[in-house]
Amino acid sequence: MARMTMIEAVRSAMEVSMGRDDEVVVFGEDVGYFGGVFRATQGLQAKYGKTRCFDAPINESGILGTAIGMAAYGLKPCVEIQFADYMYPAYDQITQEAARIRYRSNGDFTCPIVVRMPTGGGIFGGQTHSQSPEALFTHVCGLKVIVPSNPYDAKGLLIAAIEDPDPVMFLEPKRLYNGPFDGHHEKPVTPWSKHELGEVPEGHYTIPIGKAEIRRPGSAVTVVAYGTMVHVALAAAEETGIDAEVIDLRSLLPLDLDTIVQSVKKTGRCVVVHEATLTSGFGGEVVSLVQEHCFYSLEAPVVRVTGWDTPYPHAQEWDYFPGPARVGRALQEVMEG
Amino acid sequence: MNEVAHLSLHVPEPAVRPGGQPDFSNVKIAKAGAVPRPAVDVAPEEIRDLAYSIIRVLNRDGEAVGPWAGLLSDEELLTGLRNMMKLRAFDARMLMAQRQGKTSFYMQHLGEEAVSCAFRKALAKGDMNFPTYRQAGLLIADDYPMVEMMNQIYSNEADPLRGRQLPIMYSSKAHGFFTISGNLATQYVQAVGWAMASAIRNDTKIAAAWIGDGSTAESDFHSALVFASTYKAPVILNIVNNQWAISTFQGIARGGSGTFAARGLGFGIPALRVDGNDYLAVHAVAKWAAERARRNLGPTLIEYVTYRVGAHSTSDDPSAYRPKTESEAWPLGDPVLRLKKHLVLRGVWSEERHAQAEAEILDEVIQAQKQAESHGTLHAGGKPSVRDIFEGVYAEMPAHIRRQRQKAGY
Repeated sequence: MARMTMIEAVRSAMEVSMGRDDEVVVFGEDVGYFGGVFRATQGLQAKYGKTRCFDAPINESGILGTAIGMAAYGLKPCVEIQFADYMYPAYDQITQEAARIRYRSNGDFTCPIVVRMPTGGGIFGGQTHSQSPEALFTHVCGLKVIVPSNPYDAKGLLIAAIEDPDPVMFLEPKRLYNGPFDGHHEKPVTPWSKHELGEVPEGHYTIPIGKAEIRRPGSAVTVVAYGTMVHVALAAAEETGIDAEVIDLRSLLPLDLDTIVQSVKKTGRCVVVHEATLTSGFGGEVVSLVQEHCFYSLEAPVVRVTGWDTPYPHAQEWDYFPGPARVGRALQEVMEG
Repeated sequence: MNEVAHLSLHVPEPAVRPGGQPDFSNVKIAKAGAVPRPAVDVAPEEIRDLAYSIIRVLNRDGEAVGPWAGLLSDEELLTGLRNMMKLRAFDARMLMAQRQGKTSFYMQHLGEEAVSCAFRKALAKGDMNFPTYRQAGLLIADDYPMVEMMNQIYSNEADPLRGRQLPIMYSSKAHGFFTISGNLATQYVQAVGWAMASAIRNDTKIAAAWIGDGSTAESDFHSALVFASTYKAPVILNIVNNQWAISTFQGIARGGSGTFAARGLGFGIPALRVDGNDYLAVHAVAKWAAERARRNLGPTLIEYVTYRVGAHSTSDDPSAYRPKTESEAWPLGDPVLRLKKHLVLRGVWSEERHAQAEAEILDEVIQAQKQAESHGTLHAGGKPSVRDIFEGVYAEMPAHIRRQRQKAGY
């Protein structure tokens, strides 16, 4: 076991995977010599050589397109899109190519790629460095979509993603790279070294894709969250004193419906939290499933707490970010409902 | 105050529209045999002229002349002729089948048979093509069973793709044919990635990327050139310039200057233009590019100058946007007739044998069609199971798709 930040856990996952399997290659903008703008790939080129970890031209569609070709050959590319906001030029390759190749060729060709991308706000990145585009991927059949919330999960899930035979979108909440973040931006961040989930095995382990984790058991209300919002939800539960059960989805597609349904049937109430904009966001899918499967157990309407339906602002970042106060108000609202 | 002229937008137009006289006098065609054949390790900057000329081997009299001639034996040429004839007969039957309502859609290769048939013979087993919908000749020339192609076109119970793909969007890893996408140019950069992977693994296999003239306007064409030139990927970047992108003439994608091949020059990629209706020239240039790739000398870009005689697809009406007689005026002739003439001149072929071969091939195609139709057509007979809708989205079916399959009753 070692104490790791989430960025170190991500790096460790790639290092372990590259060591176990020659077919794993890592590339993207600035990831080779420099080690990536967040240093997620630091040292990989030195250890595994520049044909297994290398810099790519600034061309996201090219990065995804070549990764798909490499996967068709038999490699397992794990590519980095420098920020999730930059994946749009690659969207065609991701959604219409990577996601469909197995289906359209009836398994003749497959596409075992991983697309890593820092996501979410909280670092004053403005509207082009703060987006949470997960719902754009969960709408696409053939993809898997993962958002880890801590170093332990990040490593285990990333190794599982690299070993997965299908394309996986791996969204890394960049606000969590150095420590858990509970939404109180005025307070210093607790480093992962002081958090139990910062204890990460140095070797190989996996966490199954498609399994949620209950981060806080409770009986009064279910809070469904993922990524940074898991920590915000935990803070809101503590601060309101409401006996909330907090579910960390970890994997949005496939989704662990059973864990959600079981919890909501027990609590009778549900709040869904995410950082992405409200309209047509992933929360809508969760609410819809809860309605479909738990209708007769519900004692109040399900409430969503999300970013606003605007681009992510720079100066007003903390008014956009769904913090513990907003989640707390939602908890109180459903408890009164 | 100075007078400032108002700007106006230039929108390119083809020289002639329906009702006009076809005119290809602006198409500059080098004499057969006139373009030199450089060494494969030539520096790209030394052969910049090859991006503006047209490499040709067969002259008007049917003779094979010049430095690009002499690579193929009589037997190989006869096989090439037979493959092109087979593709043409296959097209004709499938076009008819579409008109008879046996499938939804078809795209033929009329006039372009030499490009894919000759190219395939320049590759080795294990090499991979990333084709468009107009390279079925790659499969025909590799002896992929016609009945399998037809099963796919009919989406019948024997369709290897289980009814999931449009007709003609074949896939065969074993025959070096990557699954076709309906989205244009995406495969171009994928081919570069495949070639990069082969180089990463120190393999000996090479890749070939395919695109039409119109799709060179897509971003992924340019992405592919960036990656191919950056990493010196062992890939052949093919552009089939058949003059028309549905109704849009090639000048819209190309603009008024240069050639499609010349787009490679800014990337330092050797770029050649070749007579796409000349089986010998296509094969010779493809062989040159394949050798470059295999000797780790990097990518080559080839523009095949040809003409789409038929409609873009069965949903298209070319008489609405170009003169009806334009294909007859095309100065590079018909690839089948040109190779036939050459073989007759060589003394290994005759009108009688040609007529006999046509009859044999037609019979072969009809037999394949009968066999395919015994498995059903799009609207009649056996079809893939509804269960197949849900299979194969992922390696392992996730719970939500399983629930949907069960809901559908399967």
